[in-house]
Amino acid sequence: MKTCLVVDDSGVVRKIARRILEEMGFEITEAEDGEKALEVCKLAMPNAVLLDWNMPVMDGYEFLGHLRRLPGGDVPKVVFCTTENGMDHISRALHAGANEYIMKPFDKDIVAAKFQEVGLVELSEPTPV
Amino acid sequence: MTPPDYEYLRKLLKDHSGLDLSADKQYLIESRLLPLSRKCGLAGISELVQKMKGGASTIVAQVVEAMTTNETFFFRDKVPFDHFRDSIVPEVLKARAARKSIRIWCAAGSTGQEPYSLAMSLKEMSAALAGWRIEIIATDLSQEVLEKSKAGIYSQFEVQRGLPIQMLVKYFKQNGELWQINADIRAMVQHRQLNLLHDFSQLGMFDVIFCRNVLIYFDQDTKINIFGRLAKSMEADGFLVLGAAETVVGLTDVFKPFPDKRGLYRPNAARAATAAPKIAAMAGR
Ligand SMILES: C[S@@+](CC[C@H](N)C(=O)[O-])C[C@H]1O[C@@H](n2cnc3c(N)ncnc32)[C@H](O)[C@@H]1O
Repeated sequence: MKTCLVVDDSGVVRKIARRILEEMGFEITEAEDGEKALEVCKLAMPNAVLLDWNMPVMDGYEFLGHLRRLPGGDVPKVVFCTTENGMDHISRALHAGANEYIMKPFDKDIVAAKFQEVGLVELSEPTPV
Repeated sequence: MTPPDYEYLRKLLKDHSGLDLSADKQYLIESRLLPLSRKCGLAGISELVQKMKGGASTIVAQVVEAMTTNETFFFRDKVPFDHFRDSIVPEVLKARAARKSIRIWCAAGSTGQEPYSLAMSLKEMSAALAGWRIEIIATDLSQEVLEKSKAGIYSQFEVQRGLPIQMLVKYFKQNGELWQINADIRAMVQHRQLNLLHDFSQLGMFDVIFCRNVLIYFDQDTKINIFGRLAKSMEADGFLVLGAAETVVGLTDVFKPFPDKRGLYRPNAARAATAAPKIAAMAGR
């Protein structure tokens, strides 16, 4: 089973994301800031990281920088999921090695589309209408 | 809604847009037309019907537009756009090397996501297409969606459905919560209002036709008729791309499925060969 680490300081957001991603067949671990997320990754690299930007202790951007320098840290597909919806933030994230970017608010369709985009889930049945 | 009003609307829609409603779609009509009748200052659907019977053609157009389903998104279903990049364009590059032009038609372009997805795909291949003349024509029945398509302005939600983030960064400008596709991509797409029930031969001949998620609303005879006319608007070595729930199989042999490429069809050469002697004979006379 594919694993996804959900990193967000809001318990509510983590819960919503967990529900959506579990439905898509992922096994979920959670972390409430970048530092805790790094600990999780050092133990076992997940297949995917859904990553908030603004968090206490260590933000998502800094986490990504550290992650990509870890052994095997280039493997996880990192999908930002943040209220930071400016072009400048998106560009910075991509330069730092993010694979996709979700602007909050998000829903199931968006998460599914973005995870398809990075090749982590099969194409769903095409929508007929 | 009274049964006669429903029948009147069903027939009207069938005649004007091809929309083929089954006998039990009252809720659909109500959900789309009650807001419209309110907007026109009318009490309800029977008043709307009265107005139309009295010959209010502007209301007819509004009713027809209100009943269209305009749902679409960027790179919808993904696979057809992979076919476009990996099979269709390389093939056309070879076949049209002398003429160096490619004509593409989006026959139900809706709010623009489909034609602009094609335009962005071509932009990504611009090295191979240097010096080529590219035409993308987006048509739709609905004037309203065409206006939105021309503007090329999308909500945050719309740009997150199907559009890879790199493409958003590369081809869009942000304006608050809205995103506008860049002027050079907009300039690649021409817009025309066009009803597929009417003659479209004036658009000329195409190398590629995307006609997706529109025939699905029509009855069998209408589909067959449109396939026949699409075939006449397509070069003998062109490509037709249909929606995921659409096919020519069992309806017509003017197109045939492209092996192993779902949703992709080509004009049927065997058909053309049987038609050719007739033309030759006529030319000889
Ligand atoms: C569901 S959208 C499909 C958009 C796009 N091709 C896609 O697959 O995402 C269907 C479009 O067909 C248009 N349409 C419906 N009847 C039509 C007709 N008779 N002639 C031309 N367009 C029509 C509608 O206005 C609508 O924008």
